[in-house]
Amino acid sequence: MNALNTGKFMYKWNKYLLTLFFICVSVVMLFPLLWAFATSLKTDLEVIESPYSFIPASPQWSNYKEVFSIIPFGTYFMNSVFVSVLTIIITLITSILAAYVFSRLNFKGRNALFMLYLATLMVPRQVVLVPNFIIMRHLNLLDNLWSLVLTSSFTAYGTFFLRQFFKTLPIDLEESAILDGLGYFRRLFQIVVPLAKPAIITITIITLLNTWNDFLFPLVFINSDSQKTLTVGLSLLRGDYDTRWNIVMAATLLSISPLVAFFCFAQRSFIEGIALSGIKG
Amino acid sequence: MVIDRRKEGLVAAVMVAPNLIGLLVFMVVPTVISILMSFTDWNLLNTSSFIGLANFKEAFSDPLFWKTLKNTVVYVFWKVPFNIFISLILAVLINQRMYGRTFFRAILFLPMIASSVSVALLWQPLFDMSSGMLNKILTTIGLPPSTWIYDPKTSMMSVVIVALWKEIGYYMVMFLAGLQSIPSTYYEAASIDGASAARKFLFITIPLISPTTFFVMIISIIGSFQIFDLTTVLTAGGPSNSTNTLIMYVYQAGFRFFRMGYASALSTILFVIVLIFTIIQDKLSKKWVFY
Repeated sequence: MNALNTGKFMYKWNKYLLTLFFICVSVVMLFPLLWAFATSLKTDLEVIESPYSFIPASPQWSNYKEVFSIIPFGTYFMNSVFVSVLTIIITLITSILAAYVFSRLNFKGRNALFMLYLATLMVPRQVVLVPNFIIMRHLNLLDNLWSLVLTSSFTAYGTFFLRQFFKTLPIDLEESAILDGLGYFRRLFQIVVPLAKPAIITITIITLLNTWNDFLFPLVFINSDSQKTLTVGLSLLRGDYDTRWNIVMAATLLSISPLVAFFCFAQRSFIEGIALSGIKG
Repeated sequence: MVIDRRKEGLVAAVMVAPNLIGLLVFMVVPTVISILMSFTDWNLLNTSSFIGLANFKEAFSDPLFWKTLKNTVVYVFWKVPFNIFISLILAVLINQRMYGRTFFRAILFLPMIASSVSVALLWQPLFDMSSGMLNKILTTIGLPPSTWIYDPKTSMMSVVIVALWKEIGYYMVMFLAGLQSIPSTYYEAASIDGASAARKFLFITIPLISPTTFFVMIISIIGSFQIFDLTTVLTAGGPSNSTNTLIMYVYQAGFRFFRMGYASALSTILFVIVLIFTIIQDKLSKKWVFY
């Protein structure tokens, strides 16, 4: 009886200790973000004179407004939205169609074609940077947001991932639809797609993160300020000796705010989708 | 049931075409072009000519190539072990019964969704040697201040710290999934035999999590070899090229000096490195794990 009580006591004690430990870890993890937030609300003078104070004397919310006048933040933001939304739409449509073919339809050379898809998965994106630059030059799409949409919309990964998911869905559901005379397209979009919602959400999230956060391709393809995406626009703020860190931090926090908002709204889909699909965001 | 094979083939072609054409034009053909271009001296202006292995010979006697390759390898071999160690420990701890598990998991994962560009900007002022918070913390607890990203001796370590901050939650979640697939009966049996928590960790968790560890290690290595964004914005490759990486050198060769042939050769080398690790994963994933 005594041993049991001790065990229970130890167990409770461990639980409190673990919680305390993770509170400390969370503080460390959140520190750079909280610090950026504190800095973003300081006056120019406070940034220099009291760099270690956490709470600004009077929070300068106007810094966030100033971001939009110092750099064309609104333009960068809308360009990122444009590229991300179009890339997500094209990726979803094309990879859902292709995945259905690889999971359900039979034709000569299907396996060979699928091997090509698997082989493509092994190619790091940086390898195709130079040739894609040349292709975009010939298509007259350099310094155009479409160059970013086109180069990020066709990955083998989306097709591969959705195909794996489609294959786990029972085929019986579709067989009754065949008897009802439904064609391939209606079977796909009326039966398979609704069932594959979790996988489709995962691909949406991965594509969103990849395009919103992409830096190398926009850096190479885009030249003029009016076409820049957020990552490239922000990278220009990189610190010099006279950097106004309050404004830079405000801009940085604004740039990640849509993703953080989505994350708060659907953190389970984010975490499980990204981590369990084993792809780096 | 009668299936019209010809119709099925036609539908398949129509359905696969949009993705396949895009993949061929922007991925498959460029891969081939990239490899072919690495045997030419094209620089955007001249008409390119085939120069055999000259680009690769040049790379192997180019001190900057070796420097960037060495930096990249240093980054990989500092980051990956820490990444695995810390995220495995965190996963084991967070897998216990405790308050706010989902909340803590979300907090640890949060940095992963931010771009490396914004992460670099968030950390840059913290590293400042005179007014940065990190040195303030060090001196407050009685340690000497560090030079962080401003000295070649400490710059790559600083980059590794930032990368760990960004990625640890992500790998923790992968380990968490691995841990949850270990049957709890093993732990129960060990408890009955009186095994301590440490022994359970060493003799049940470590062996049974090894497939995940191996997978995490390989994707972490492959991902780390491609480091570009973080170092470009945090340090711009400096000081004195101490954080200049392989992909940064590809970018510099191609788009600062417009030596497309040479840049392609460099990226082909990266491709080969990544391919080696992919093949290792493919071949060993069944053998290298302990069950």
